Amino acid sequence: MPEPFDYSVVDAALEKCGCKQSAIIAILQTIQEHYHYLPQEAFPYLSQKLEMSEARIFSVATFYENFSLEKKGKYVIKFCDGTACHVRGSIPILERVRSELGVTDNKKTTDDQLFTIETVSCLGACGLAPVMTVNDVVHPAMTPDKAMEVIYSLKVKEESK
Amino acid sequence: MSEKFQTRASLDEARALWKNAYDNQTRKIIVCGGTGCVAGGSLNIYDTLKKLMEKNGINVTVTLEHEPHGEDEVGLKKSGCHGFCEMGPLVRIEPQGWLYTKVKVDDCKEILEKTVVEGEYIDRLGYSSNGVLYKKQEEIPFYRQQNRVVLEHCGRIDADSIEEYIAIGGYESLEKALFDMKEEEIIEEIKKSILRGRGGGGFPTGKKWEQVRRAKGDQKYVVCNGDEGDPGAFMDRSIMEGDPHRMLEGMIIAGIAVGATEGYIYVRAEYPLAVKRLQKAISEAESVGILGDDILGSGKAFRIHIAKGAGAFVCGEGSALTASIEGKRGFPRVKPPRTTEHGLFDSPTVLNNVETFATVSQIIGKGADWYLSIGTANSPGTKAFALTGNITNTGLIEVPMGTTLRKIIFDIGGGMRGDGEFKAVQIGGPSGACLTKEHLDLPLDFDNLKGIGAMIGSGGLVVMDSHTCMVEVARFFMHFTQNESCGKCVPCREGTKRMLEILERIVAGNGQEGDIELLEELADTISHTALCGLGKSAPNPVVSTIKNFRSEYESHIRDKRCPAGQCQKLKRIYIDPLTCKGCSACSRKCPVNAISGKIKEPFHIDLEKCIRCGSCISTCKFGAVKEA
Repeated sequence: MPEPFDYSVVDAALEKCGCKQSAIIAILQTIQEHYHYLPQEAFPYLSQKLEMSEARIFSVATFYENFSLEKKGKYVIKFCDGTACHVRGSIPILERVRSELGVTDNKKTTDDQLFTIETVSCLGACGLAPVMTVNDVVHPAMTPDKAMEVIYSLKVKEESK
Repeated sequence: MSEKFQTRASLDEARALWKNAYDNQTRKIIVCGGTGCVAGGSLNIYDTLKKLMEKNGINVTVTLEHEPHGEDEVGLKKSGCHGFCEMGPLVRIEPQGWLYTKVKVDDCKEILEKTVVEGEYIDRLGYSSNGVLYKKQEEIPFYRQQNRVVLEHCGRIDADSIEEYIAIGGYESLEKALFDMKEEEIIEEIKKSILRGRGGGGFPTGKKWEQVRRAKGDQKYVVCNGDEGDPGAFMDRSIMEGDPHRMLEGMIIAGIAVGATEGYIYVRAEYPLAVKRLQKAISEAESVGILGDDILGSGKAFRIHIAKGAGAFVCGEGSALTASIEGKRGFPRVKPPRTTEHGLFDSPTVLNNVETFATVSQIIGKGADWYLSIGTANSPGTKAFALTGNITNTGLIEVPMGTTLRKIIFDIGGGMRGDGEFKAVQIGGPSGACLTKEHLDLPLDFDNLKGIGAMIGSGGLVVMDSHTCMVEVARFFMHFTQNESCGKCVPCREGTKRMLEILERIVAGNGQEGDIELLEELADTISHTALCGLGKSAPNPVVSTIKNFRSEYESHIRDKRCPAGQCQKLKRIYIDPLTCKGCSACSRKCPVNAISGKIKEPFHIDLEKCIRCGSCISTCKFGAVKEA
């Protein structure tokens, strides 16, 4: 038997953002802040509460890049591929990390659920290019070696637990 | 927090007290709290300085209060972005005006002992260029040639403090707009100043406000576009982080002028610090009565809400942005009707960009004539640019309209980084164009750029050197736009996809004769038929790179060669058998096991497996791995 879904997080989001259709983006953001993705169970529940169709909520959730319908790894690593990072060589870093972790553009999360590798179009930290973020902490002036060092140290930390 | 101001006089009274306390803090340490420096650890520097000063019995003040804290007080502030991100974390010392660069936590003790206590300058932390040490911030070439109007407070005041903003004259323009001017007069002043929208289009702000004022509707809105999605641009972020109150002041003035009582700020979710600072600024403004039902007893009401974006570039477009605030997919719609008539919740809406609102309070405060004295005749004022790419001094700059690219890149930006030669600068992001050597002396303003098929856009300047492949740059932007295309109209959804496919095959070495002409034809169709500005301008980077660098396209297609040596698929990496010592370091480093060989004999790279990541090149101590 799967555990019953706990709707208290969704209720809290509705409470915080207001139980109205125009707040749907803020509500989904609040739910995602908690789970790091949007659990399927939330959709029918929101549909009922907000009196809007599940399809419309789904259409919003799939339109915006920031929403994820899939579970993410413990460490979400984002590589900036904005113009500034791009001309300072962000792609070789990304390719090295992807090939070492065995992930691709379509399969973003490692099998051990530890790392999710994503790209973002610009983090606005162009002065520090190329940058990557690990759970929103910015690591400036990356090289393929430096990026791998950060990832290895996280791996070591997890394994020693 | 202090009391709620019920009248103009009570705010003026508090301002006088805060100003006195502010002026008493002649000695100040200002730590940059912009995203760039925070990433470099500036918040740890702030905390360490605070602890050290308290421990050593220094009279340190971190907040501004009504009463000054004695003659020996030293103010410690966290400011917005100083702009010189390349040299961060930055610490400014007042009253001397010294700027310390690349400061580390370990330097804090020395700053305290030498600079704070003894008043001595630390040479090691200063900025030097070409053997000259520049002690004062204003003397550094990067700053000397700028004219900071919108960014004047960024890096000078505590970004988190409404007291400090009020102390230096903040919200005086709002008072003027509320009590000394009629609504029409506010609009007249803005019209007279010829302030043009800083978001890229350059539409006259005063005209827009007038349209909204005249439009019929019970509820009108003021919306601030902080969805700075252009890759390589961070001007708006720096204003929201560094001087949030100035932007709020501009929005409230707009609200009064057009008769709106509700305002929204649409901010990218990628800017968490800006969201945090804006939230704090709004709640402080509410608690002192500058936002709310009866602003300073004037009987006028205005409230501001924050709407966080969720990662869609198209939401920078007006009608898509308002759809997103309404909780819908960010689809643009056919215009007219314009946002000024049917904007947010189908009501008349003023939609301006962050930098535009931040300029408003000064125009009201100092008058349109002052504003007209800066910049060029048809594009007065200044413009903030984010200077990035292969340039020595990356960062945030502000110059008068009409400044040449040469001055920006070589005098302020310090020229090229590394050994490359200047090749091009991308202006206006994915909707913009590439400017080349021949445009270096063109005065930058709205009309000049439009004349050569480019646009200022929001103000990102990405500098590229001779090692940058222009075909790859075009592919990069097309990939971006294709990814961000909302999919509503066919020309953009399908057209950009086809253009991307062609560009991808060209950089992979599979380009065919006729590809350039096909790209040009698609570009022409898309720019004439797409629904919104995103689609219409999507082909711009391709068109301008073909126009200026056609021979690079031809080399890729005909000779299967990348003249800049950047396209990975066209690279040939090999090991020079004469130099290789057979140490196996490269083969151990190779992520795809493409290198094999016997120890102490020359190794070999299997080009079928090689992903051209270059890690072997950086690993080899003997320089035996080469590119051709």
